[in-house]
Amino acid sequence: MIELSDVHKSFGANEVLKGITASVQKGEVVCVIGPSGSGKSTILRCINGLESYERGEISIEGLKVDRDAPSIVKVRTQVSMVFQRFNLFPHRTVLENVIEGPLYVKKEPRAQALERGRALLAQVGLAEKADAHPPQLSGGQQQRVAIARALAMQPKAILFDEPTSALDPELVGDVLGVMRKLADDGMTMVVVTHEMGFARDVADRVLFIDGGVIVEQGPAKALLNQPQHPRTQDFLRRVLHPL
Amino acid sequence: MKGFWHDAVEFFPILMSGVALTIVVTIGSLLLSTVLGLIWAMMRVSGIKALSMISASLINVIRGIPIIVLLFYLYFVMPDLGVTLSALQAAILGLGIAYSAYQAENFRAGIEAIDKGQIEAAQSIGMGWWLTMRRVVLPQAVRIVLPPYGNVMIMMLKDSSQASTITVAELALQGKLIASSTFKNTNVFTMVALMYLTMSIPLILLVRHFEKRAGKK
Repeated sequence: MIELSDVHKSFGANEVLKGITASVQKGEVVCVIGPSGSGKSTILRCINGLESYERGEISIEGLKVDRDAPSIVKVRTQVSMVFQRFNLFPHRTVLENVIEGPLYVKKEPRAQALERGRALLAQVGLAEKADAHPPQLSGGQQQRVAIARALAMQPKAILFDEPTSALDPELVGDVLGVMRKLADDGMTMVVVTHEMGFARDVADRVLFIDGGVIVEQGPAKALLNQPQHPRTQDFLRRVLHPL
Repeated sequence: MKGFWHDAVEFFPILMSGVALTIVVTIGSLLLSTVLGLIWAMMRVSGIKALSMISASLINVIRGIPIIVLLFYLYFVMPDLGVTLSALQAAILGLGIAYSAYQAENFRAGIEAIDKGQIEAAQSIGMGWWLTMRRVVLPQAVRIVLPPYGNVMIMMLKDSSQASTITVAELALQGKLIASSTFKNTNVFTMVALMYLTMSIPLILLVRHFEKRAGKK
């Protein structure tokens, strides 16, 4: 469903993606792991057209992702994004955040958008916070609203960019719980994360990225339990046993 | 003091007609400068190089010309070019253009103060440039922009007195006319000053209100 072939991306002289080829099937959960600065967030941002790329091609169900083409709006309404720092709209209520896209981008009738918005908030366990403003919520609650906002677009896939990295440790579980439920419901997900437990339990496949290339990929449990490449082994040792 | 009150009662109606024109000039040029300033600011942040450069040069040209010269140009030079403006039109146009440069820089600062993550979030749900501006950036920028906007209002109220140089009979000019025909300089100009102050105070309070609100969130 999401296809990347030989994608290259540079920031000035710094080449951050050096030929990424990967694909994500419908209903699949793929976790992307790797050291910081390895280019894993950049991959997500390219898939969503938040960044351009110089070479190669990214397509969503055959639709080419081109940041500067009018079709980018279609790409973005089909592939939602959840950010590390939530990026909720602080001047709107929680419910307004969720219905903003359906109402103004997809031009759904208000009643319909509201109804689904409330249902989605209930799904992420925040029905009673509908009229609160984002700054009044905890980080974990804000991220769950962000997930509801992504779901409100009825996307074919959701990209998660380190969704729990900005959270206090005790709030991580709530967000991962919502994500696990999504995965169980068959949502196509690409998750950049440092949560190895989540990757092992929920992901179908894991990509290990380092230095702008995919060093190793495979079924989640196999890759995380028996990494083949020395760089993967080294990375996992550092992450799982920091002391 | 008795003399002052006597004069005050006598000159008040004439000065009030000046106040009316002062308010017309101020509100007219405030609206014009707001619209123009918004346009310049939008051009600046449009991401289109040509538009951004045009806007930047325009702002610098406007900023580099004194208001009074701009007024003279509109009122005395434009007729030579076949465009005749009434004094009031020239005053509103001149002050509006002059202040649009400051408004634009103020608006741009407010827009650029919005977190990039907000824009990315808007884009990620499929919003285009204009929808992002209208629904996400501008509503948040307003809060940041309002206190300096209030200050501009006060400055414009006072600078509307420059319209007197092109014969707009606003408060300052009415004062000058009465003073030069009665020689009661002290009483007349004291009244004029008090009347400007009376109009400024509500605006000053408004700015304070804006600042408090901006500081809250």
